[in-house]
Amino acid sequence: MSGTGPRENVFATRMALTNMKLRLKGAETGHSLLAKKRDALTTRFRAILKKVDEAKRKMGRVMQLASFSMAEVTYATGDISYLVQEQAKLATFRVKAKQENVSGVLLPAFEVDRVSGSDFNLTGLGRGGQQVLRAREVYAKAIETLVELASLQTAFTILDEVIRATNRRVNAIEHVIIPKLDNTIKYILSELDEMDREEFFRLKKVQGKKKRDAGAAEQSRQETEQPVEDVEGVGDLLSSKDDDVIF
Amino acid sequence: MEGLFFNVDNGFLEGIVRGYKAGILTQSHYSSLTQCETLEDFKTQLSATDYGNFLANEPSPISTTTIADKATQILVDQFNFIRSNAVEPLSKFLDYITYGYMIDNIVLLITGTLHERDTHELMERCHPLGVFDTMPALCVATNVEELYHSVLVETPLAPYFRDCLSAADLDDLNIEIVRNTVYKAYLEDFYDYCASLGGPTADVMQSTLAFEADRRTINITINSFDTDLSKEQRAKLFPAIGRLFPDGNNQLAKADEIEQVRVACENVTEYRAFFDTSISAQGNGGASNDYGGESGVAAMLEDRFFRQEVYLNKLAFLQQFQHGVFYSYMKLKEQEIRNLTWIAECIAQDARDRIQDFIPIF
Repeated sequence: MSGTGPRENVFATRMALTNMKLRLKGAETGHSLLAKKRDALTTRFRAILKKVDEAKRKMGRVMQLASFSMAEVTYATGDISYLVQEQAKLATFRVKAKQENVSGVLLPAFEVDRVSGSDFNLTGLGRGGQQVLRAREVYAKAIETLVELASLQTAFTILDEVIRATNRRVNAIEHVIIPKLDNTIKYILSELDEMDREEFFRLKKVQGKKKRDAGAAEQSRQETEQPVEDVEGVGDLLSSKDDDVIF
Repeated sequence: MEGLFFNVDNGFLEGIVRGYKAGILTQSHYSSLTQCETLEDFKTQLSATDYGNFLANEPSPISTTTIADKATQILVDQFNFIRSNAVEPLSKFLDYITYGYMIDNIVLLITGTLHERDTHELMERCHPLGVFDTMPALCVATNVEELYHSVLVETPLAPYFRDCLSAADLDDLNIEIVRNTVYKAYLEDFYDYCASLGGPTADVMQSTLAFEADRRTINITINSFDTDLSKEQRAKLFPAIGRLFPDGNNQLAKADEIEQVRVACENVTEYRAFFDTSISAQGNGGASNDYGGESGVAAMLEDRFFRQEVYLNKLAFLQQFQHGVFYSYMKLKEQEIRNLTWIAECIAQDARDRIQDFIPIF
């Protein structure tokens, strides 16, 4: 039925019909593509979710270890925070950001870049140097985990948003655009049929009318011709010359 | 002879210190402390000891740093009491004890000045035992040259700085090298001073200080592996006293790996055991047996040094009529504060498996 549901505001022409059909086809292709994208993203999302979970648990353990190693340093050397702060001149631990493409979504990925060598390698020279080194290593590992977690977490948020958007689009295409196009096509078809029938009827009507008119004209001509023929046939028989009369 | 007149000047203070010493936490105290579930329990347990209600006015939750600070404050108060009652030569001896902390404080101030920080806020970070009257005057210095001169003028550490370093050195050298150079000079001077006192003080203090010197030597050697500290520089940081001096020191100066350090220490019976990896489980539970390889030995070493230090300091109490008890009491008390901090830290961080890794004193 053409009257149910919304439809595009078009004139019911054959061209519009072709357009609509093309659009419907496009919408269906788009729908399947988006659905595929959604599935791909969801798979990825699940994987990341799992990793985030793991990373968070690891984080807890590593941080505990790290702060404990700090306790060891305090035990062996006392408070070294100020010395370390002042002697650090160059960052030895940097984070690099790069982008990763997952089905058209750009995910930022953070990478750890460690420069070996440090400015405070002599801290605790007198005592506790080993503990300081150990704490340094453990903390570096902790930050690595942190960076990894940050990378995953960002990817997680972005993917979440993209998946929502994609889902919205898929649903919109499936439940709004495609039915609308369908409706429009049905409407156009029914309109066209209607027009066909109208045309046919009109033609018939015209034909009937023509027939009637022709009949009427014939009749009236016969009516008007007969008296004339009578008069002429009698009066002017000799005035005209027949072709087949040779003589 | 010295026993005859010792008590005239120092008998009262020695009695006080021995009394303080009786208040040092014992194994049973520690075992009840390690049972604590929270820092609140810890606080309650401590209130039954000589520490009393030292944490009473602290708002909960109390941090481990607060515990350490408050415990140190008690020690500082005790020390100041003794110091103010002391007469020569004990007062001089006690001053020597504070010089060690003073070096740390001055190094801290130098670091601040080098990096052009406001040194006034550093005053709070200074160890209270190393605070001297003219310390605020050092904060006035804005550049290293000025600071160097004010150190020379204002502090008792002048000879150490004058003999070992120039103003330019403060700027150029790594601050840790400065610290260790000065500390070396301090140890040697303290050693000489104790020798000049003679008698049992010299006996007791020289063995303690010799150990302290050897410990520094070994630590510096191990900690300077794989760093940009050259061997000549390293050799300059070794105190010229101790049982490893001069033979072991020479070997250590050339050492490249832990094995060579071990060989260098072979000659001293007491130190031989430090490098024995097989007996990691001495005392309670064995410290740091989860370490592996070279760093494992080094980390264990630190622990064994602490144990040996405690042992030597306990020996000091077996001799009477000497000043060593004051030094030893300070060191033992410091170790006790470290132990308390360690246990508190373990409780706070819920690391029960390492809670036994402290060094019981009695």
